[in-house]
Amino acid sequence: MTISVPSPPTAPVWRLSLSPPKAVTADFDAVSLLDVSRHFGRRRAISRLSLTVNSGDIVGLLGPNGAGKSTLIGLLATLVVPTSGEVRFGGETAQSLGTGLRRRLGLLAHELHLYPELSARQNLQFFGRLYGVSDQRVEAGLTRAGIEERADDDVAGFSRGMRQRLALERALLHDPRLVLLDEPFTGLDDRAVGIVLDRVRELAAGGAMVVLATHDLDLADGLVTRVALVRDGRLLADEAAAAGLRARYRSVVGHA
Amino acid sequence: MFLRTALLVLRKDFTIEVKSREILYTTLLFALSCVLVFSIAFVKEGEPLEDAAAGILWIAIEFAGTLALGRTFERERYGETLRALLLAPAPRTAIYVGKMLGIVVLLGVCELLLVPLVALLFRSPLFAEPVLLVALLLTGTIGFAVVGSLFAAMLVRARTRDVMLPILLYPMTVPLMIAGVRGTVALTQTPADPTSAIMWIGLLACMDTVFLVLALWTFEPVMTE
Amino acid sequence: MRKAFLPLLVVTAAMFAYAPVMIAHADYESTMGLVQKVMYFHAPSGMVMLISAVVCGVASALFLWRKDPAADRVALAAAELTALFGLIVLVTGPLWARKAWGVWWVWEARLTMSFVGWLIAVGYLFVRKYGGPGSDKLGAALAVFGTANVPFIYVSVNIWRTMHPMTTVVPTLQAGMRGAFWFSALTLFMLYGLLLTARVHLERQRAVLDELYLAEEDRS
Repeated sequence: MTISVPSPPTAPVWRLSLSPPKAVTADFDAVSLLDVSRHFGRRRAISRLSLTVNSGDIVGLLGPNGAGKSTLIGLLATLVVPTSGEVRFGGETAQSLGTGLRRRLGLLAHELHLYPELSARQNLQFFGRLYGVSDQRVEAGLTRAGIEERADDDVAGFSRGMRQRLALERALLHDPRLVLLDEPFTGLDDRAVGIVLDRVRELAAGGAMVVLATHDLDLADGLVTRVALVRDGRLLADEAAAAGLRARYRSVVGHA
Repeated sequence: MFLRTALLVLRKDFTIEVKSREILYTTLLFALSCVLVFSIAFVKEGEPLEDAAAGILWIAIEFAGTLALGRTFERERYGETLRALLLAPAPRTAIYVGKMLGIVVLLGVCELLLVPLVALLFRSPLFAEPVLLVALLLTGTIGFAVVGSLFAAMLVRARTRDVMLPILLYPMTVPLMIAGVRGTVALTQTPADPTSAIMWIGLLACMDTVFLVLALWTFEPVMTE
Repeated sequence: MRKAFLPLLVVTAAMFAYAPVMIAHADYESTMGLVQKVMYFHAPSGMVMLISAVVCGVASALFLWRKDPAADRVALAAAELTALFGLIVLVTGPLWARKAWGVWWVWEARLTMSFVGWLIAVGYLFVRKYGGPGSDKLGAALAVFGTANVPFIYVSVNIWRTMHPMTTVVPTLQAGMRGAFWFSALTLFMLYGLLLTARVHLERQRAVLDELYLAEEDRS
């Protein structure tokens, strides 16, 4: 059953804001958090944090629970609005870039963003169509996730590892420029971890920016090119990754 | 882009529902139980109280609709797919419209069953003016879906969402209910009063427009933390 | 405004104390007796409730679309006062209705509007309290809808009730009562203004305190 609706001409069906329609965003080469704070009443989730991610970086966002990693990912994904400071994508704010910005963002959080009642193929097709991605790309994504034989089975019956692979493909289906991964390694077996690592390296080599929030220092060790250590919403260190990541983490963040 | 996204969301919900039919069946059954309970309360000496049918129909729609809203958005909460939807490169209000249309369709299917049932059980001439009745139900259901979808989406992350939804929704839908019930009464009384019904339909359409515009303005600010 | 607060408070308190005197001296309504005098506080409370609902709605709209935290504080204070004055209306109304019409409650336009409006205001307060993170925005959306809804409630109940002619009619104001009425009304308006100011001030102090906590955290 196909419903194809012709997309409206450049002026959308109705416009409630007064700004003119935005052009599709060109690729940006850097994402910056400029003195960003986000607090909920008395609780400060992020405290005056400044960070720049450049094209090709794999930034490891490391810190204990409650450090604000998820809030940071939310800020970068334009799902959370800062109480002060700005988030700039290639020099522009999310507001001025409009909806085209989201075409260049990819997010994979712990909850995986999949509909268990739908099959793997249906999940990818749905999100693919939302992003305007062709069905061939969807099939390619299914193959990369290694689940072609079970593509028409409901996701509810998948193991955690299979779901994670599928979720990763869903997040990367539209070739995002900024890839945000929130704890992508939880519950994965060795092979799945290897797949994720390869994918991330491939993305960075292609010019994407990857921000990876994780607890797993060992996995981060071999992967990340830069390290951002956070605790209590504050950025304690922002440096190039070097050997002995665990020791460096312990000395800066401590056994929180 | 807007309409396309909304229809994609609608179609996705439809696909999920067709597979399991869980929300549809349970909502229907709940509506039936409602009607049963009300009929016990409002039947006197074997005869239904005058105009009870109109009230019972709309209450059943409202109660069943509230449950359906909760369960539809619960689906988006599991797996945090609502977040993923908000990240789509389309106006975020398109997501809202898609969900809202889904609720309208779901409630429409429920009404297909409820109306004949209530007409039968309460011997009420609901089909005296079928076109007007459909118009009344349509405008009323759209109004309910517009307000309900916004509130349910707002409450997705709240801890007490199950009880907060009725607490917030029922007072807000009072004028919709009044118009719906009085319009239905106007259609089922003898002699039927189509002029009043048309007036109520007009009022409902007015409310629907105002609420929809407000919802479209409010959705994005409310959904970004 | 700060400097004016205390003298205004004194004036209002004096007016409040004097109001019963004025009310007692106003014309005695023959059919209803003493209970009719409830109306001197009931009707102005209704007006204040309506004004407060509009204030809450406008402030909430400003908060949602300009993200101005001051607007949020005003909205919260106004919602509380809507609930408070709504309660006054809902308690004094039946007292009056019982004597005037013989029944405790009547589904007429103004009372129903007050009841539903009160429920929405209480719902707002619940959302602020139990809504979890982001509840300020949830409440704001609710308030915007609620305020837009109020005219619809009034209109729909009005049409509904006028279709069936009613024996219950709210009387117009007799000349001998006007003085006391407007005096009481003015007192209540001033009381509302003072309460709103005080409440907003309290919220602002809370915000300042939060900022101080955060600044202290930053230092350490």
